[in-house]
Amino acid sequence: MAQYWQEIHALTMRWVRRLSREKFSMLFTLVQPMLFWLIFFGNLFQRAADVQVTQAPDYISFLTAGVVVMTVLNNGLAGGVDLLFDKENGFLERLMTTPIHRSSVILSRFIFVMTITSLQVLVILGVAFLFGVQPATGLLGIATILMIGMLFGVGLTAISMAMAFSVKSHGDFFSVLGFLSLPMIFLSSALVPLAGMPAWMGFLARFNPMTWAIDAVRPLILSGWTDALPHVGMVVVVMVIFDALCLYGSAKVFRRAMG
Amino acid sequence: MDRAIAIQVSHLTKTFDGHTAVSDLSFQVYSGEVFGLLGPNGAGKSTTLRTLITLLTPTSGTASVLGHDTVREADVVRQLIGYVPQERAIDRFLTGREHLELLGALYHLPKAEATKRIAELLKLVELEEPADRPAKTYSGGMKRKLDIACGLLPDPKILFLDEPTLGLDVQSRLRIWDYMRMLKARGMTIVMTTNYLDEADQLCDRLAIIDKGAIKALGSPTELKIGLGGDIVSLTLKDQTKIPILVSALTGQPAMRAVKATPTGLDIRVDSPEKALPAILESANRLDCQLEFIEYHRPRLDDVFIAHTGRSMTESVQDIQTG
Repeated sequence: MAQYWQEIHALTMRWVRRLSREKFSMLFTLVQPMLFWLIFFGNLFQRAADVQVTQAPDYISFLTAGVVVMTVLNNGLAGGVDLLFDKENGFLERLMTTPIHRSSVILSRFIFVMTITSLQVLVILGVAFLFGVQPATGLLGIATILMIGMLFGVGLTAISMAMAFSVKSHGDFFSVLGFLSLPMIFLSSALVPLAGMPAWMGFLARFNPMTWAIDAVRPLILSGWTDALPHVGMVVVVMVIFDALCLYGSAKVFRRAMG
Repeated sequence: MDRAIAIQVSHLTKTFDGHTAVSDLSFQVYSGEVFGLLGPNGAGKSTTLRTLITLLTPTSGTASVLGHDTVREADVVRQLIGYVPQERAIDRFLTGREHLELLGALYHLPKAEATKRIAELLKLVELEEPADRPAKTYSGGMKRKLDIACGLLPDPKILFLDEPTLGLDVQSRLRIWDYMRMLKARGMTIVMTTNYLDEADQLCDRLAIIDKGAIKALGSPTELKIGLGGDIVSLTLKDQTKIPILVSALTGQPAMRAVKATPTGLDIRVDSPEKALPAILESANRLDCQLEFIEYHRPRLDDVFIAHTGRSMTESVQDIQTG
């Protein structure tokens, strides 16, 4: 057990070191979602968005939940990228010839992605606060938001890592990523509530796990516990099923790739 | 004298999606020797090596390292070996020291022990000065040295190197050879793949010539050269259109063991040059083949390779590199 921990710690610290050496990329990763979506998009649609439809005091406070979950989505889907590069340059092979538990590599990645995502979510909530968005459920609500983010992120990161191990080239990986990310966002309640969507889009969005996550995060920010609790309960069930499916599928891929 | 067996490979076969990479390979590696797998790219060297280091599971047959099966006891094998991969498996954002520290943790070394060993290794491969710079600032030779330090970190019983000097400049190459000789002098068993004949000749105690997934010859470089029998007479003709006539004239003559056309002339394997040379010159004169150059030498590893695979090692390497 001590050995297991030593491996996971060393591998996780490697990801942290890499990130700290890529200062520019780190800044970009952190700033991009709030800059593009929250600040630009949120303010841009301030007057275009119909308060009757969003049911929120202003568009930014409506959008915050969406941006939080989008960040989870993008970080999760990109979570396997570094393993992809490790696979391509032979570093993974070097790791696989050492007497480590195969799962250490995977676990270190989960820990790293979850930590970074949580930090980013906190920063987003902080920026939203500067624009006057105060989470209605307080600190406990923020903790709940982080928990929902992690539940969603685990499944996404598993998919991403499984994809990293299965694709032939990193071109394929980024094509699939680009193809998944935006439709997932548009076909969810991130930008427009389900009730305000064209019927067919609203119908599809119901099958998007992202919608469930957003619909739980949004009342935590906008209304309060009475409104939020049923949604939170529901999202936990949905996410447990989602994660179980993702982990089951990706575990097969990991076992084949790493022996 | 019976020597201790470090590696035992029995009837190893590995296929990928219906393509057979190695087929029914059997050989042994003795403790303390430098064993080479020599062959062109795609011959099956790397597949064999990767099976030994537990990265691949044989389709059939077995491999064992110091008595431990590479599939059933993979974890034990991984404790005993060090690996220097072919690609520069370097994380460009980590420093040299951080690479070694990471591996120290993955081999579960206590911190004090790891620190001591890392200092020794950095000194050994002459990377003390750049040890705390990110690896992206390293030259190709420095990265290779770091690779080797990484392979040595677990203090392995057997060190595996995949193409240790591929793509290096001459100086770095000689330096890597020095390290390998020193490790051998310390009693380490070394298994390496290479497609450089001079490297195999210089470093290996024994080598297996692999081509198309099978062992074509196995022995010490000297044994292999002597085993060919006879020496080589190489002719360069002024008029290359005459090559086929001369080949057919010489083939079957009593003093000639084997006659083969080359792009510029002929390579003739002979038992004794005293008998063969006059006969060769006589035939050349009679057929009016003017000789530009005549060379006589002991068999080289390239000749061994040609004799066993029917083509030149250097040709097949160039095929791959230009094609």
